[in-house]
Amino acid sequence: MSPPGLLFCVLGFAALAVPFMTLAENRIVAGEGVLAWNVASAGATWPGVLAVALGLVLGVPAQWALVRLGGAILGLGGLLWLLALGGPVLLEGAGNYARVSPAIGFWCLLLILMLLMADALAQMRPGPLARGALLAAVLGALAVILWSGALSPLSILQEYASRRAAFADAAMRHLALSFGSLAVAAAIGFPLGILCHRRASLRGTTLPILSFLQTIPSLAMFGIMIPILGWVGDSVPGAQAIGIAGIGFAPAFLALVLYALLPVVGNTVAGLDSAPPAAIEAARGMGMTPGQRLWKVELPLGLPVILTGLRIVLVQNIGLAVIAGLIGGGGFGTFVFQGLNQTATDLILLGALPTVALALVSAIVMDILVELARPTPEGGA
Amino acid sequence: MIEIDRITKMYGDTAAVDAVSLTAESGTITCIVGTSGSGKTTLLRMINRLEEPTSGEVRINGDSTLATKPHLLRRRIGYAIQGHGLFPHHTVGRNIGAVPELLGWPKDRIRARVDELLELFSMEPDQFRDRYPGELSGGQQQRVGVARALASRPDLLLMDEPFGALDPIIRARAQDDLRRIQKALGSTIMLVTHDMDEAIRLGDMVAVMDGGKLVQYAPPAEIIARPATSFVADMVGEVERPMRLLSLVPVAEVVEDGAADGEALPADASLRDALSACLWTGRTAVPVTRDGAAAGRVTLDAIRARAELHA
Repeated sequence: MSPPGLLFCVLGFAALAVPFMTLAENRIVAGEGVLAWNVASAGATWPGVLAVALGLVLGVPAQWALVRLGGAILGLGGLLWLLALGGPVLLEGAGNYARVSPAIGFWCLLLILMLLMADALAQMRPGPLARGALLAAVLGALAVILWSGALSPLSILQEYASRRAAFADAAMRHLALSFGSLAVAAAIGFPLGILCHRRASLRGTTLPILSFLQTIPSLAMFGIMIPILGWVGDSVPGAQAIGIAGIGFAPAFLALVLYALLPVVGNTVAGLDSAPPAAIEAARGMGMTPGQRLWKVELPLGLPVILTGLRIVLVQNIGLAVIAGLIGGGGFGTFVFQGLNQTATDLILLGALPTVALALVSAIVMDILVELARPTPEGGA
Repeated sequence: MIEIDRITKMYGDTAAVDAVSLTAESGTITCIVGTSGSGKTTLLRMINRLEEPTSGEVRINGDSTLATKPHLLRRRIGYAIQGHGLFPHHTVGRNIGAVPELLGWPKDRIRARVDELLELFSMEPDQFRDRYPGELSGGQQQRVGVARALASRPDLLLMDEPFGALDPIIRARAQDDLRRIQKALGSTIMLVTHDMDEAIRLGDMVAVMDGGKLVQYAPPAEIIARPATSFVADMVGEVERPMRLLSLVPVAEVVEDGAADGEALPADASLRDALSACLWTGRTAVPVTRDGAAAGRVTLDAIRARAELHA
């Protein structure tokens, strides 16, 4: 018996007993819950419900990780099947403006089955390349499902359908904000981290300042940027021509860079410090210059820690970039705040879900890179 | 020849090393021995300028070490430290080839040198070349550390407590290996240790440091027989003196014609071994063999007479 598997099973069956989908008259009002076996006729829904239930039960035995993984995939398949089945059935005859959405039961089951999958995978200890392949397979499956149109009746995809161009634009903006700020923070943070590693006095002043920046609440930070960059845009000739102004992309980008500096600099310093002192002494004693010591000894040994810093920054910035939507910086946050204003939950989700997915994928990819960067085979000292 | 000429290192007002001069001949092992804080490590680190001397200078084969840039100087001087300091992310082969790589040797020459050194240290090249330091035992790591220090055929090898992290049995073997390899290569070695036993066992000359000063610089036998100060006498140890002295004298020196019963000793065993064999087996004489052939015997009386020479 696997204790987490048992927990997932109990919670999963409880989640089956709460509404699986909602049907609402339009995109604003709250909908009415529908249980999983009622999304279509009982004769049509039973294979889906059975698949979910069977998947949860297969997750219980502890020994067979592969069976547990299979259970999770079976359960997820059942969920999608119910969702695709319920959409058109519920909408039929419900009026032109009616919307169907996944409800609390679906989201809980999705979470539980994904946790089950993660638990089973952790048990199997796949290597970094296997994890990469698995991620690609999951993303591929997701793309096929979305492209097939099976889920198109769902409200969130209806919101998407009416904003295709805006969505692509927001996605590009979001990527530019989070990856661009990461690149700039790395370009500033690596040299600064190396200098801090070399000079204790610089470290003593730099890290507290960066820690202080980190404590400024994100909303306040974006707010502070408005007057500062507004003034720069107005008073520095040519600044406005390259897009520097109080609101928009520039202040959001700058705020993200500032937030990113502490993890980059801090982890660079910690990574460089992690080389064994005896190895550094030997490197000095054999006649390596400080630069050779950095390239041949300190950087390779510190790379996993440094990359972990980049991972923190990337995930953090993907999340923080949502707030950029508030000051006109673009990105998925635009939909979140539009949705909040219109009290249209599915529009909020259209901004939130891709953000979560992007952060998850980035975290997994960075974890794989960190593992590939380990300088010694496992067990190496 | 290594000449250390009135070298001094000041930290504030205190002298860590106070005007130390000594000359070491090429092809010999000089052991610098002292308690912690005696300045022995600082003295060693001033030779390859990991510490810059406050005054004085070191000459290697007549050239002042101050004439070369420190990192270029260090590539000509081997350096082995306690806890080996191997690079954990490089294979054994890359570790040993580190200095030749810095010197820009061609790849095949580095590879040949790595294999040669591994063989010298009784490590099968095919088996060890591509392993990582973390996969080796402590004794093997230490051997790789010394092999790395010798890789570029340096003029001089500096060793700072190289055997400090090893257990007694492995340490004794490592010391024997070092002696054997030093003789085979004719290397010049300066070795820092806090262990007088090790200094006497390995050193052609022993330098005793106390409070930053060189208090005695002499061959091991003289250090034992005629300690210059009470500090040196303490380091040697009153009770241990006869045994230490006997450990320096090979059986061959007092061998005489005649026969004796029991297990034989080789001619290069020490009188300490012979005495030990006598006492343990209740004999008054032990047969001696040279290259497997009988070469006479060594008697308890002869051992006693030899020990009393210095009393």
